[in-house]
Amino acid sequence: MSELSVRKTAYSVEEIFHDGGPRPAQSLRRASAMAVVKNPFAGRYVEDIQWFMEDLKPLGLQMAEKLISLLGGADQIEGYGKGAMIGEEGELEHGALWHAPGGYAMRQMLDPSNAIVPSTKKVVGVGGYLDVPITHINASYVRSHFDSMEVGLSDAPRKNEMSLILVMSTGARIHNRAGGLSAADIEGKDGLR
Amino acid sequence: MTARIRKIAVNIEETHQEMGKSISPATRKAVAVAVIENPFAGTYVEDLSDLMEIGAELGALLGRKCIEALGISPSEAESYGKSAMVGENGELEHAAAILHPKLGAPLRKEVEKGAALVPSSKKMGGLGQVLDVPLGHKDAAYVRSHFDGIEVRLNDAPRANEIMVAVAVTDSGRPLPRVGGLSAEDAVGQDGLR
Repeated sequence: MSELSVRKTAYSVEEIFHDGGPRPAQSLRRASAMAVVKNPFAGRYVEDIQWFMEDLKPLGLQMAEKLISLLGGADQIEGYGKGAMIGEEGELEHGALWHAPGGYAMRQMLDPSNAIVPSTKKVVGVGGYLDVPITHINASYVRSHFDSMEVGLSDAPRKNEMSLILVMSTGARIHNRAGGLSAADIEGKDGLR
Repeated sequence: MTARIRKIAVNIEETHQEMGKSISPATRKAVAVAVIENPFAGTYVEDLSDLMEIGAELGALLGRKCIEALGISPSEAESYGKSAMVGENGELEHAAAILHPKLGAPLRKEVEKGAALVPSSKKMGGLGQVLDVPLGHKDAAYVRSHFDGIEVRLNDAPRANEIMVAVAVTDSGRPLPRVGGLSAEDAVGQDGLR
């Protein structure tokens, strides 16, 4: 029986038209999905925690599906990232349980997605914010797609909760001009270049 | 003058449980925020009518974004609110010009009816500051279960020459309302108050 208990879900979609420079024909869109769930390990040290990843798998799939729909379809998605905020009675290690269910949910729905999903996590109080990193879905070194999105909710995570986050983006930074590997030049085989 | 928009963000919050009690259907709130250039940054301008026109434009645009984000028909909207935060080269009065004269009528079209005053807040602020948007029932201001608010924050706005303009819409009241007062079912919704 699943231990998953979701108190809140929150979604955010940003559409960026310019950042002070010339307005490109195409805007950049970024979206985040966050689920505030009960931390089954709050308040004590538990050695065996990996079983909770199974409970998180369907949640990851739901969140990835929602992000794809918010951004207009899987063919629109070029960047992704994930993160977790753990409330104060939890442990950083609990956030690491999100790596597999969160990451593989997105990669399962985005093809090709050979690149590792960048991530970050931290223990926070209620109202904490997390800067979730974003990189290209098929080649981690694509410099134009290095980005991030800040997410948070004023009332989460409570001390016995975790906020689990997925983010996706539709393209490069709005005025990208810092060089490096471009999305057009990737081989897309090793997930790096 | 039309708004020169740098970015738009739309946030949705759904509450599925509170204090161990299941909330079904979940209560849902949306807030849409536009970051616009302040055409009057850095100078005193007597006539603020350009900002009033921008208010009308954003009332419709942001109201519609909220309705779309919630995936509801206009008649299913239950409460609303509006707010603005003016970057440091502007003036609090700029927020008033956007929010009060003309934003309400086009917003009401997006949510259907809207007999009640649209509750509002405004402030001056810098990048990353929080704007709390008040919420009240759209047809009867005294409906107590729908007094609420939603926070919106963008780490990169408002810059000194910008204004953040937010509209919030819900399809529900607070998750577990039990402080009495006028209920949504008992509201007449004609005079905007009860």
